[in-house]
Parts: sequence; structure tokens; C-alpha cells
Amino acid sequence: MAGSHAASCWRPVISALGLVVVSIVAWLAIGALGLVRPRNLTYVGRVLFSAGALVGLLLAGVALSALGQGAQTAVLPLGLPDLPFHLRLDGLSAFFLFLLGATAAGISIFSAGYFRASDGAAPGLLCLQYHTFLAAMAFVLIADDAFVFMIAWETMALASFFLVTTDHRIPEIRRAGFLYLLIAHLGALSILLCFGVLQGGSGDYTFGAMRTVILQGAWPSTAFLLALAGFGAKAGLLPLHIWLPEAHPAAPSPVSALMSGVMLKTAIYGLLRVTFDLLSGQIWWWGVIALVVGLATALFGVLFATVQTDMKRLLAYSSIENIGIIVAAIGLAILFKTYGKTLLAAIALTAALYHCLNHAFFKSLLFLATGSVLHATKERSLGKLGGLIHRMPWVAWLALVGTLAIAGLPPLNGFVSEWLLLQAFLFTPSLPQSFINMLVPLAAAALVLAAALAAYVMVKFYGVVFLGRPREPNLAYAHDAGRLERAALVWFAAGCVLLGLFPVQVIANLDAVNAMLIGATLDRPGMSWWLLAPIDTHRASYSPLIVLVVTVAVFLLTVQVVHRFYHGRLRRGPAWDCGFPSQTPRMQDTAEGFGQPIRQIFEQFFRIERELPTPFDVAPRYFVRAEDPFWYWLYLPIARAADWAARRVGLIQQGRISIYLMYSFLTLLALLYFVR
Amino acid sequence: MTVSGFISQILQLAIALLLAPLLLGWVNQCRAWLQNKSAPSLLLPYRTIRKLFNKDAVVAENASPVFRIMPYVVFSAMALAAAIVPSLATDLPFGRAADAIALVGLFALARVFIALAAMDLGTAFGSMGARREMFIGFLAEPALLMVLFTASLISGSTLLPTIVETINQRDLAIYPSLAFAGVAFTMVSLAENARIPIDNPATHLELTMIHEAMILEYSARHLALIEWASALKLFNYSCIGLALFMPFGIAQGSADASAILGATPVLIVKLAVGGLALALIETLSAKMRIFRAPEFLGTAFLLAVLGMLVNLLLGS
Repeated sequence: MAGSHAASCWRPVISALGLVVVSIVAWLAIGALGLVRPRNLTYVGRVLFSAGALVGLLLAGVALSALGQGAQTAVLPLGLPDLPFHLRLDGLSAFFLFLLGATAAGISIFSAGYFRASDGAAPGLLCLQYHTFLAAMAFVLIADDAFVFMIAWETMALASFFLVTTDHRIPEIRRAGFLYLLIAHLGALSILLCFGVLQGGSGDYTFGAMRTVILQGAWPSTAFLLALAGFGAKAGLLPLHIWLPEAHPAAPSPVSALMSGVMLKTAIYGLLRVTFDLLSGQIWWWGVIALVVGLATALFGVLFATVQTDMKRLLAYSSIENIGIIVAAIGLAILFKTYGKTLLAAIALTAALYHCLNHAFFKSLLFLATGSVLHATKERSLGKLGGLIHRMPWVAWLALVGTLAIAGLPPLNGFVSEWLLLQAFLFTPSLPQSFINMLVPLAAAALVLAAALAAYVMVKFYGVVFLGRPREPNLAYAHDAGRLERAALVWFAAGCVLLGLFPVQVIANLDAVNAMLIGATLDRPGMSWWLLAPIDTHRASYSPLIVLVVTVAVFLLTVQVVHRFYHGRLRRGPAWDCGFPSQTPRMQDTAEGFGQPIRQIFEQFFRIERELPTPFDVAPRYFVRAEDPFWYWLYLPIARAADWAARRVGLIQQGRISIYLMYSFLTLLALLYFVR
Repeated sequence: MTVSGFISQILQLAIALLLAPLLLGWVNQCRAWLQNKSAPSLLLPYRTIRKLFNKDAVVAENASPVFRIMPYVVFSAMALAAAIVPSLATDLPFGRAADAIALVGLFALARVFIALAAMDLGTAFGSMGARREMFIGFLAEPALLMVLFTASLISGSTLLPTIVETINQRDLAIYPSLAFAGVAFTMVSLAENARIPIDNPATHLELTMIHEAMILEYSARHLALIEWASALKLFNYSCIGLALFMPFGIAQGSADASAILGATPVLIVKLAVGGLALALIETLSAKMRIFRAPEFLGTAFLLAVLGMLVNLLLGS
């Protein structure tokens, strides 16, 4: 019945929006097909996940073509009788749908070769959850009323919860899953309240109605703060980040990639949608709040990433950092827009969107690479890895691209968004409030500190996992990734390179979103296809293509010249042992050791447990753990308070029928008094 | 992009490549004089590089290709930076390919590669050096950005050629903000170029090394390229400093080969003065403990912020 309704509805909109709906239905169908033969790996993996990847490519293509076009809307007669599903595809949704499609395509290809028969849950079940997750995310992006949005949002949260708890027999993973679900629902509650504020008493929960409502007094700010809290919980903003480093490592690697690469971006989408689209105007201090919270999150995330010893936790903290940078960019865009500096606002917003895309690519690449490492070595702890570049050259070299990209180095993609953001920061001193003029350059310094620390983190990550000598003997049997996994890694690495080399073309596509949300574009006269100059060519310009071409040319020339005029003679010998011949691989820097300088100078930010041996210990033991202070400042007190309150409430539960009858009697009496 | 533009570009690059070891030799010579030692030849860095090129390379058995390509990558990055920094002329084809922020990114690229290569062999000193280098790097970068911020406030641009042109067009005046920024820039440059007081380029004690610890395993042509790249880095930083704070005598407008050659003597004089100052700083200060570096670079950062605030408040 519902199917025939839907079919009749598509016919008028066999446009881009129709194709998006087709993709969503296709994903759901692929998920359901997984249940047909759930234990057959070839069928589920090779056939269904590959089909899912094709759907992702289709979605990315459709979204790309829809970016420049106007908004399309549709009403599906699904759901409750008076509340049909409102759908809408505009520039903002199209951009995030592209991100979803392109990332999902790569991750699905990786998954096609990733899941093994021994992995607890049936692959068919995973396939269902995975594709439901994808479909729910796509649905979030095209929802045009609060009901559909919340339904899709909750489906997304539940599907990802089941994916996180794939290995539910391990207690830590169950705990991580619970924490995730808890924070996700706190966030959802906040979003629900936000929509409640946004409808402004009209009772109409479509986004179209919300756009026309003009809120008075403190209500717009309330809506913004609720949105920031609600979407921030999903994105991992301070102090609601606590679930992220638990849930990301718990999930299988492709799922971690999907959550980090795409799901966090749906929260960014929601924040942008509410702030720039549903709310009719912005207030300058919203921008300051987003900027401060974003930068605090970025610094916090990267500081904690430096001291992690589990490679997936390290990447999870790095995701917190990147989300912080994105939110800071959004804050800057709000700030500029409220002061009428639309060009600068457009630059900041472009930086935010660009960084979303970049993060989706390089973080997926790195999470998938850790998946391959995990498969090859069964080891997640940085202290037991090392030297994998010799055994896993494909994964190692492709991960190097991701490492350089996430460290924000030219000519790769991470640098472009950071460069744009810094440009937006640099030209701030034109704002009318001198207090903000002082604040913003310091914020830029904080951003650079976060970016430089990110380079530190990534050197640690790559150096400890792939370089050096193997820290454990069994690493000598590690095998490289399979063909499908390699294809996925190549896809993401190529994305990192291309997004880095052709910023002008990327920005030309992003301009549709700028035009929609800010009302200005970055289409500057001085920009040619190879030179990025967002303001004008005399103020700032950057050409990644020249950087790459010249570097490569000098590189090749130097190799040629050195070998032609001198010689190419090379001898292999043992590494110099500094006169101490019995060196073992355990004497390399460990992950703890690499984080030590940071732990020392930022000591007050961590909660450190340390156990130092004395010189007289017979069995000396060194132990250090840096923990998240938010647990102790915020979460454990709240948990204790909730526990205490529950015990007090529990006192009324006596377990005797006479007491309960008395409660009913008292309740009736009270009601009678009111009804009277 | 004309042919003559390209010739000028290649000429500037070639002059930078040739002058960079000389700057290093000059600093060493000045330092020897100031410390009452007999000075090595001014041309010693050239001879070292030639000697190293002629030797057979020894590479550790477990070295990966990362180890072997690093010297070439770092050298290329530094050469590209030398082509971009307006040391001799402002109007060059590659001059606008990277602004000051992108140059900082380019230096960071070189630093990350050196650190990765240092971790490649899995020796204790290599990874220690990598850790320390990244540590100094993340402390220095915010301060460096604040300096660039201040400079770009004055000329409204982050492009070094534009900054040079703007400051040259104005009357000769002392900008208080630039004075603060200049001191901060000097401090950052000392840290970034592994000079005293952060690091000691002449040290032979592994425990105190930063830069040298990372390249302990290199020999022959690889080491020669690294040494040359280090010299180029010092040259580049000096030229960025000159472009920001003393942008006089740099050829402006259409730059042909003769303009480049005409600007060269001015550059040599300015670098000679700068090198002398560097030697003086290195003679007057002692190397500090690594965990004092945050204070040193924090001071640089605060000075740069002060410069910026002065600029915002006084508008100069």
C-alpha cells in the first residue's frame, strides 16, 4: 500500500530528489536482502556491499548535479494521516548528500572485502544495520519537516548503536554503546526542543513554516543554543564529546569510518540548517560562542589525541579536533554575517564545508587503514605495532597520504580548508567591535596551535604504526590489505589529493551553498583555474598545483643530477647502535613516550595517574595514564546524583499491594481536588 | 608568465641555492671570530657538500623508502620556498603560488618528513629527535603566525611580494608593531632553524640534539642534500625576515635578469649583517633545556601578540 503511494508520488519528481529517494530505497532493499542468506560472506560482502557502493556513487553524482540547481520539494503520503513526509533537496542538502555518497561508496567497497566469517554477528545482519544507517543519514539530509527529521535522526542513532555494539559480548563495548545511546538521546531531546521553539506557536512543524516564523525576544537565541547543544552532542563538541572516544574504537573499522566521516557531518548539517536557514537572523554573540566552543573542542581533542595509546582512540580524538575546527569556522561565519561582511562570511563558511569534505575523506582513509592493520595484526595498541611499511606497503603508503592531509600540509586537502579559515581570521580587523577584533586573532593562534599539534599527533600515529622496527615478533607475519580494501583506500587517497590540488573547482561547487546561506559567493575575478585567491590576488593567493609540480620537478631533477654527476652507489649496513650493541625494538619511542612532552607541559589539562618505580624496586613497573578530566568534573558527579535521586524515588516502591492501592487512592483524591 | 619571468625565477632560485651554504659559512666564521677561535674557511660548507656527494651512501638494513626519499623531498620543498620568497624580486611567476601562510605550511611539510624519516629506522635517538622537533615546531608555529598577522595588518596582505611593495611605497618610518614582531620573528627563526638557544648545530652529544639526532643515520649524498636544505631553510627564513622588516633593494615591477643581478649585492650585504647578528646571538646565549623552550617560544608569541595589539590600538 505504502509502496504504491510512494510510486505514484515519484512520477512527478523523477528529478534529482526522486533519484535521492530511489537511492535511499535501494539502500534499504540491499539491507533487507542481507537477511536472505545472512551467513553467506560472498553474497553479502561481494554482492550486496558492492551494490551499496554503486548506490553511493549514484547518490554522489545526483547530489553533485543538484548542487547548482534550485531547491526541489516533494511530499510523500507516508507517516501519520495528517502529517505527510516533506522532503526537500537544496544546495546545503546536496552538498552533504555528495559527501555521504562519495564517502559511503569507498567505505562500502572496503566493507565488501573486510568482514570475515569469524566476526561474531552474522554478516547479513551487519549489512542490514549498515545500509539502514546509510539510508537514515540520507533521509536526515532531505527531511523538510521536524517529524521526518526526528524519525530519520533516531533511526540513524539506533542503527549506529547496533553497529557500535557488534561485538556486544565484550563488556567495554556494551558500556560504550550505552554511553553513545545516552548522549545521542540527550542531544535528540535538545533538538526536539529546538524545533519546538522554532515553530513559534504556529503548530506547523514543516521547515517551510519555520522559515517564515519570526521569533521574538530571547527565543531565537534559545533555539540556537538548543541546536548547538543538540547537534553538538552528536558532533562531539565539548563537553558532550565523551561518547566519541569510546564508541569509535568499539565499532568495526568501516563503521568507525562512517560514523566519524559522515555521521558527525550530519550534525554539522543540522547546525547549519537551523542557524542559517530556519532562523531568520543571527546575533553576533552566537558566533563568539560557537567560535570559543569550537576552538576549545579542537584544542582539547588534539591534546588528548597526543597521549592516546590506542590507534582508533587517537583517531577518535582527532575527529573531535576536526569537528572543533569546523564549528569554529561556522562561528566565524556567523560573526561576519551579522556584521555584514558577507565575503568573509562566505570564506569562513567555505572553510567549514571544505573541512567537512576533507575530514570525511582523510578520516575515512585512516580509519579504514587501521581496519586493515587490525585485520593483519589483531592489534590496536600502538605499543605493539611498528614497521608495518615493510609488510603492508599499500596500506602504509596510502595512509601516508591521509596522514599528511590530516596534518594540514600542502599540497593536500587539509591545508586548503585551514588556509581559507586563516584567511578569514586574518582579515577580521574590520569589525566594528574592538573587543572582537582582539579576540579573533588570538582565536587564530589557537587554531594554528591545534593544527600544529595535529601534525605532532599524526607523526606519532604514522611513525609508531608504520615506521620503525616491529615491536612484536608476530608482526612479521602481517599481510597487506586485499584488493577491495586497497581499492577503497586508493579512492580516499585520490580524493585527498584531488581536493587538495583543485580548490578552485571545489569552491565553485560550494558557492551554491554560500549563495544560499550567506548571500555571497567566492567567485572572484582574479581567480584562475589554478590560483586560489578568495579575496583578490593582491591580498592572498595559493596554488597547490604549482607547489606540487615544482616540488616534483625539483625532486626528479635532483635525483637525476645527483646520480648523473656523482654516483648512485649505496651500501646496506646495520643502523648505528651508539656503541650499545644489544638494542631491541622495545627501545624505540613508544606512543606514551611520544606524548610525554605534551603531557608534561599541558599537565593541568589531563587527569594523570602515574606509578613511578624507585631505584630499589625489585620488579620496577612504570605506569602512566592520562584521563579525560570531564569524567571526573562533570559526568561522574551527574551519574552519582542521578543514582542518589533514583534511590530516593525508589523508596516509594515498597512491593506491597496495599501501599500501591494507597498511592492510587491518594492520587484520586488529589485529582478530585483539582477537578472539583 | 613570460619567458623572461621564468628566467628571472630560475635565476633567483639558482642564486639562492648558491648563496645558502655561503650564509652558513659566514655565520660560522663570525661566530668563530666572536669566540676568539680561528675561523674555518668561508667556503667550508661547499667543500663539505662536495665531499659528501662523492662518498658511498650507507643506508640501514631496515630502512624503508621513506628514509631514502626524505632528503630529496625536503630539498625540493626548500628550493620551492626559495623560489617563492621575494629575496631578489617581487614580480616572479611563482611568487603568488604561496603566501606566507602557505610557506609556513611548506616548512611544516619538510619538518614532518624529516621527523617521519627519523622514526623510520626505529633507533632510540631518531625517534627522540623526531619527538623534540615536532615539539618545537608546534610551539613555534602560533608565534610565527602572529608575526605574519602583524605584518599583514600593515599591508593588508599575506603575500610577501605585496608586503614588500607596500612597505617600500611608504616613507621610511619605524612601526612599533613591526619592532615587536621583528624580535618575535627572530626568536622563532632561531627555534625553527635549530640554532642556539634551542638547539646547537655544532653539538656532538646525542642527548641534547634535536635536529642532529634526526639525521644521525644519514650519510653521503643524502646527508649532503639535508645539509644543503638546512642551509636553504636558514636562507629562506632570513629572506622572509628581510622581506617583512627590511624590504629595501628588492627589485620591483617587471623583473628581468639584470634587475635580479642588480638586487643581489644588496641582498648579500643584508644577509651579511643578519648573519653577524645571528652569530652574536649564538655567542651571547647558552643552549637551554628542552623544557625551557615553551617559555622561550611563549615569550616570542606574547611579543608578537603585543605587536599586533599595538597595531590595532595605535594603527601603526
